[in-house]
Amino acid sequence: MEMPPIDEAVIAKRSKIIELFQKILPEESVIDDSEALKAYETDGLTAYNQSPMIVVLPETTAEVSKILEICAAEDIKVVPRGAGTGLSGGALPLADGVTIGLAKLNRILDVDYLNRTATVQPGVTNLSISQAVESEGFYYAPDPSSQIACTIGGNVAENSGGVHCLKYGVTTNNILGLEMVLMGGEILRIGGKYSDSTGYDLLGLITGSEGLLGLITEVTVRILPKPETARAILVGFPTVETSGQCVIDIISAGIIPAGMEMMDKAAIHAAENFCKAGYPLDVEALLIVELDGPTIEVNHLLEKVKEIAQLRGATGIRESKNEAERLNFWAGRKAAFPAVGQISPDYYCMDGTIPRARLPEVLSSMTELAKKYNLRVANVFHAGDGNLHPLILYDANKPGELERAEEFGAEILTLCVEVGGVLTGEHGVGVEKRDLMGTMFNEQDLNQQQRVKCAFDAEGLLNPGKVFPTLHRCAELGKMHIHRGKVPFPNLPRF
Amino acid sequence: MDSLIKPSDDSQVREAVAWALSENKPLAVRGGGSKMSLGRPSNIEATLDLSSLSGVIGYEPSELVLTAKSGTLLSEISSLLRSENQEMAFEPPDLGPLFGSSPGQATLGGVIACNLSGPRRVRAGAARDHFLGMHAISGRAEIFKAGGKVVKNVTGYDLCKLVAGSYGTLAVLTEITIKVLPRSQKTRTVLIFGLSDKAGINALCEVVSSIHEPTGLAHLPTRITKHSKIDFVNDSGKSVTAIRLEGPEPSVLSRCETLRQTLGRLGTTEELHGKRSNVFWNEVGNVFPFVSRPQIVVWRILVAPTDAVLLTQNICSQCDAECYYDWAGGIIWLGTKETDLTTHEIVRRSVKAVGAQATMFRADANIRAALPVFEPLPDPLHKVTARIKQSFDPKGILNPGRLYADI
Repeated sequence: MEMPPIDEAVIAKRSKIIELFQKILPEESVIDDSEALKAYETDGLTAYNQSPMIVVLPETTAEVSKILEICAAEDIKVVPRGAGTGLSGGALPLADGVTIGLAKLNRILDVDYLNRTATVQPGVTNLSISQAVESEGFYYAPDPSSQIACTIGGNVAENSGGVHCLKYGVTTNNILGLEMVLMGGEILRIGGKYSDSTGYDLLGLITGSEGLLGLITEVTVRILPKPETARAILVGFPTVETSGQCVIDIISAGIIPAGMEMMDKAAIHAAENFCKAGYPLDVEALLIVELDGPTIEVNHLLEKVKEIAQLRGATGIRESKNEAERLNFWAGRKAAFPAVGQISPDYYCMDGTIPRARLPEVLSSMTELAKKYNLRVANVFHAGDGNLHPLILYDANKPGELERAEEFGAEILTLCVEVGGVLTGEHGVGVEKRDLMGTMFNEQDLNQQQRVKCAFDAEGLLNPGKVFPTLHRCAELGKMHIHRGKVPFPNLPRF
Repeated sequence: MDSLIKPSDDSQVREAVAWALSENKPLAVRGGGSKMSLGRPSNIEATLDLSSLSGVIGYEPSELVLTAKSGTLLSEISSLLRSENQEMAFEPPDLGPLFGSSPGQATLGGVIACNLSGPRRVRAGAARDHFLGMHAISGRAEIFKAGGKVVKNVTGYDLCKLVAGSYGTLAVLTEITIKVLPRSQKTRTVLIFGLSDKAGINALCEVVSSIHEPTGLAHLPTRITKHSKIDFVNDSGKSVTAIRLEGPEPSVLSRCETLRQTLGRLGTTEELHGKRSNVFWNEVGNVFPFVSRPQIVVWRILVAPTDAVLLTQNICSQCDAECYYDWAGGIIWLGTKETDLTTHEIVRRSVKAVGAQATMFRADANIRAALPVFEPLPDPLHKVTARIKQSFDPKGILNPGRLYADI
């Protein structure tokens, strides 16, 4: 993976930069020791690693602001980092860059039950927001599988989803306000405890911008009342096609489950082996369908879902009898990645979204590709919203396997785009899918995105090398050719 | 001669913008025209009329996705969706009558460009939350696309969010993909009579966080209820606090009963079924109390629900104003009789005091020209806003001045 050229001038003044940081931060918040820096050399995309030049760990918005002021003044590249659980390499350090870890900004600032909001610092973990409001019967809806560790700041940067986003939306649908610091140190406050702020929707733009526009220092999220009841069923199918068709039938019947997950045989076996969730082992595909809401509604819809599944030829249906069993159904699914990690030395997790109806053909193409690359693949699938997570199994110690896995992955994602889908549903572009952006967007599309980047970070110092395959200078992107008076535009209907 | 340009496809829109650039003539971008007097008035000679960009391009009910050209009438989309038992869950309002024109003219592009959502916003999210992908022409006369045609996507910046609510100042939308959802089998509305604003909003704040999953939560004070066409509401002579329940039949019936029992302690209750419930919520979403009184200045105020009553009391103690609340108190529709600067300042000052945001939603063009229409932005935000405008539309060709004087 080619990263932006190293700025030798910055490397040369490393000790001066460390001194500048030491002046504004407590001693333990500036990390420059090569051993200590190693802890930051990769994120959840472990295939790539790079030691950062320096790591700083600010504890306040003011410190973040001062750090970015220094970096802008000294022309230093910056890589923001939350918990480092991201799967697309968005927090991959740069050799000439400062990694700003936001984990120490970890306080819950305000919980407002009447207005249904929680205001937290970016280093607060996703799960701890739900835990903080649990006693009053509330929770924070987006629940990525890494929710124990991942931070809300990282969730905003990546616009994280989770298994319940079919019904409750992803991060962008569940936040109301942000505080962020721009390159140069300026602090912006966006939104508040109300919906739909006027002016351009910066909240929507920043969410999912992968740390390329600013550093998030505070987030106001919407908290929701916990549904009265949640029940899940496990449904086994003899083929992935029938399982996929069942998903379509459920949605066509007007039912939007809280979660609807599919696993193929390889994933079922890995998960069952890992955590004994009680999954059937004699099926080709397994659906977990969860319904939540008022008890009477859940019971009513669950019966309908069971009928639909039976009509589609389900081979076995198991209902969660209690909360412990429901959570156990999910435990297998949520542990699918580490479970696959147990059956293979390494795995590479993909994240494309496709129109649900194209699932059978995509899965059969994937089987063909697995043969072509001579690698195994296990599939977990947010079936409700068409978000596919093929896990490619490989062994990094075998020469050439990582490269083969990456090529395989790129072909899968290209296939997703070809059938009308997208490169990434929830993990982000990062470095991983950067060079595939051209399969989905043409130059004009990408240039417009980069012009927006220029509106925030004209020098391109913030997380460069991520998201965009080609970096252009802002001045170059801003040029415009106007043909004054040359073209008559004869085709335009005018009145 | 060039005052109205009516392109019929992407490339003609691009040509029109290129023409505008070359002639240095700004364009007023128009869909169905129902909201042309929303925003700052712009004295723009040339109008880019998108009404010929019409028609649904793709609709896959089982994918929950619909793609249409931007000038497609919302009514056309709604009836197509209804044939498959689906809907636009954000409940787009029809504001034509509020602005003095006939109903049914609103287009998909218009409602997205203004990011306007109806009562169900409180549960289902806003227009911007259902806006998945677009094709558009920037103020640089370049065709570009962003987002996708699937419900879950984080590939690249979410430029759709920027364009939603930008009032046509960034790009001309030509093709729009939205998320659609199943329609509920049953709808019922519980009404509680005679609550004060404070008691009404308190009740709504409580119910919105209850297990009943309401999809509409409005409070209409006594001065407002008489304008409703629903007899239960207009005959009551009292305030009405309304809670809508939607879903499968057994669930709605059971929740409706429980809710009436619970809320009965607060006052007399009644319920609206099916069609009457729909009419009522259309009234709420379409700002009904002010439709037939065009002289009233209408404000749309976004606020933390617990500040809502304090805010309206503050305003009403200083000038003649009437209002109602939707989104469980998260939005206030307020009308003032007087159009003078003092009244304007009372509203702006009171809104600012609680950190809310106000839009002077309907007012005569001369007032909208003289006073800010949208909540003025703090300086750092305004600067970023100007740079974003620059990045899409460096020459200020698209709807200049509609949102802010210099944007």
